[in-house]
Amino acid sequence: MTTATASRPETEKSAFDPRVEGQRLIKEWYAELEQANELGQPVANVFVMGNAVEILRAFDFKLVFPEINSLQTGVRKSSEEYIRLSEDYGMSPDVCSYVKADVGLILKENRHPVGRIPKASLAIASNMCSTFIKWAEIWERWLKTPTFVLDLPGQRAAGWQVRPGDAQHSADSRWVEAQFAELIARCEKITGKKLDLDKLAEIEDRVNRMVGHWNNVMMLNRRTPAPYNAMLDGLTYIGIMNVHRGTQEGVDFMRRLEQHLEAKVARGEGRVKDERFRLLFSGTPCYVSMRRLVELFENWGGVFAYSDYLTFAAGGMDAAELRYDTSRPLESLAEVTAIAAQRGLSNQFFAHERLAQQIRDYGTDGVVFHGIKSCRFVSSGMADTREFISRLDVPTLYIESDLIDPRYWADAQIKNRVDAFFEALGQRGSRRAS
Amino acid sequence: MPEAVYDSQKELELVLERCNEAVREPGIPPGLPEGFSGTLGHFPVYFPEEIAHAAGLLPMALLGGGNRMEMKHADARMGSFVCSICRSTTEMGLNGSLKDLSGFVTHPICDAAKHLAGIWARNLPDQVSQILYLPQNVNTPGAVRYIAAEYQRLRGVLEAKTGRKVSDEALRASLRTYNRNRALLREVYALRRDAPWKLSCTESYLLTRARSRMPCEEHNALLERALAALAHRKAPAQDKPRVVFVGGFCEQPPLEMLEAIDESCYVVDDDLLIGMRWLTADVPEGGDPVWALAESYVERSAASPVQHDARKSKEGYLMEMLRGANADAAILTAAKFCEPGLDDQLAWSKHFDEVGVPYLVLEFEEKMTSFEQMAMQVETFAESLLFALA
Ligand code: SF4
Repeated sequence: MTTATASRPETEKSAFDPRVEGQRLIKEWYAELEQANELGQPVANVFVMGNAVEILRAFDFKLVFPEINSLQTGVRKSSEEYIRLSEDYGMSPDVCSYVKADVGLILKENRHPVGRIPKASLAIASNMCSTFIKWAEIWERWLKTPTFVLDLPGQRAAGWQVRPGDAQHSADSRWVEAQFAELIARCEKITGKKLDLDKLAEIEDRVNRMVGHWNNVMMLNRRTPAPYNAMLDGLTYIGIMNVHRGTQEGVDFMRRLEQHLEAKVARGEGRVKDERFRLLFSGTPCYVSMRRLVELFENWGGVFAYSDYLTFAAGGMDAAELRYDTSRPLESLAEVTAIAAQRGLSNQFFAHERLAQQIRDYGTDGVVFHGIKSCRFVSSGMADTREFISRLDVPTLYIESDLIDPRYWADAQIKNRVDAFFEALGQRGSRRAS
Repeated sequence: MPEAVYDSQKELELVLERCNEAVREPGIPPGLPEGFSGTLGHFPVYFPEEIAHAAGLLPMALLGGGNRMEMKHADARMGSFVCSICRSTTEMGLNGSLKDLSGFVTHPICDAAKHLAGIWARNLPDQVSQILYLPQNVNTPGAVRYIAAEYQRLRGVLEAKTGRKVSDEALRASLRTYNRNRALLREVYALRRDAPWKLSCTESYLLTRARSRMPCEEHNALLERALAALAHRKAPAQDKPRVVFVGGFCEQPPLEMLEAIDESCYVVDDDLLIGMRWLTADVPEGGDPVWALAESYVERSAASPVQHDARKSKEGYLMEMLRGANADAAILTAAKFCEPGLDDQLAWSKHFDEVGVPYLVLEFEEKMTSFEQMAMQVETFAESLLFALA
């Protein structure tokens, strides 16, 4: 079922601007969403981790990503308005700011800076981030959105080795498959259609191709100089990885992105003109000030060659051997989901095991930890992980702000810390120089 | 020698003194009771103590550091925005108070709790450190099989640690011991509902919490003595409103806070220490004991903000608590920085606004030490309730 993609002429490759193309795709996706309710199309709310998008697409659901809606309020500098609305309603200052922005959106009757967000006929909340479930419970009680909780078992202990096909993986996959069976029955009821296995296999084939390119895109940033910044350009890439997972546009984007970056590498062109330090970013972005944050690092010749965000925020789908077997689409979907979810979660809950390897893979000179006040998923173990990584004689920096709440961005303080970090790095010298 | 006269008040004092002594220090008491080869610390909420008990590991519910513990290490290892129980548990891991545990088990109740397994693994590598992956979807057929497999896995991990097989017979014996405990705790709560003037919330809390630092067998004996003594207790009913307390499912409020509430209200039901009494009915003693436990998680477990079950809405179970306890009002609390608790606290208050149930919203931290203001709030609330009910 896999179709080889013919390579396009060089002129097209060079005309491709991932940022412009990414923005176009996101804009079109939102435009489609605006019409979904009027056109009577089924709509599902999903999160970026553990979402069974392949099944939903097979039923032609239009996908709303509430996390992306919330981060877009940040990017568009209107998050504070939404957050304040929810706090006035009674939400605690200490809960996830994405959730608060979304509650603000409900209070504004779904009017979002990019357009109107449609009402969902189904929500899928995985347990990968516990807040997903609490978030879906808000829709359940407020909007009466039927919710399906997809329970995906994670890594149980340090040093946990699960390989595709072993007893533990088989047991976990069976559990995931049982849940998919129920989810499919729900989708059939909502849409009045039967699951088309061929269609599911086609979607999986497109995901396979997308993930293949995505892995290559990540590998390309192991090169020096790094062709892109994982925490700026990478955010566009992962947005497409999520929103267009399983679509032809998604495959085309990733393929062209890979070609584009390959060409950059061939030209020896890096994201930063004079790359002096390669860094790893652990945590989630601060979407209200990400450009500024990256600028603080790039001014010193520092580039984020990798971020664990690019792994967990795509549900852990970045391990090369994770490919759907399209000849048995349902079983394979459960098997890959079970293991991908575990990998995505491991990046957080047993972060030290992954980081040590990623530091080596990307040849990084240091790790920047970004703690998010309102996100316990990424932040609760971060300071301890940092301490562990420091014991490996890897320079680290810890900064704190928020996903989208501009009130937690302290520019002068963060700049001071970044500058001090680079001064120390400078004294130490980059790994390439030594 | 003349036979000592049974003095129920004295007896109750002795029992409560033993409970107090057991829980005074949040760490692990020295020495092991007979029949146990080690201790297994478990974080709230839904831990099947029976499995550890049958493995010869004394289950120790880790319920935070209280309000007398000095934080020396955890401040540098956990952000200030993480709840106190996670921070104090980390502190106890790092300051040596829990160094003698054979292992530590946490659950996917929330993201902060999941991180504790990694923190444990990094800092106490000699201990077993596990996440017991209890499902957040119990409504799909197959959930019991999955939980049973997870329980079997835990059984295997503990067998490897102790070097001793855990037989089905040992598990059944533990089920029986814990079923007795459940029955006794149900009696304690029934007394709180039927005659709250006989047993305060604080006393009942201490009676329950004692099991966190002693074998279930000893706890059963203490509860039996307490219930016998309470049957004789002569205490006049006072003019206090009947309230339900919620928000104590994981991090625990300080005793002083409960005392302040007892002063003005009868707390006729609560979700305090729910992790020590989350199985709401007896676990079937025949058949496969692991399956029986797993099936009980699906069919007989207490609802809380950290368990998703399509059959139990958060508003629904709280209304059920109010009805069951014939309560006039609710005290809706949440631990500071506890996202699930804070989310549900708001949902509950909005629901009560709609259905017209009076409530008081309080936020607490296990480490808080000042209670005057809170006591005043509770007193004012109680007075307004009495006035409205008069
Ligand atoms: S108190 Fe709340 S946030 Fe803290 S561990 Fe318990 S459930 Fe999680």
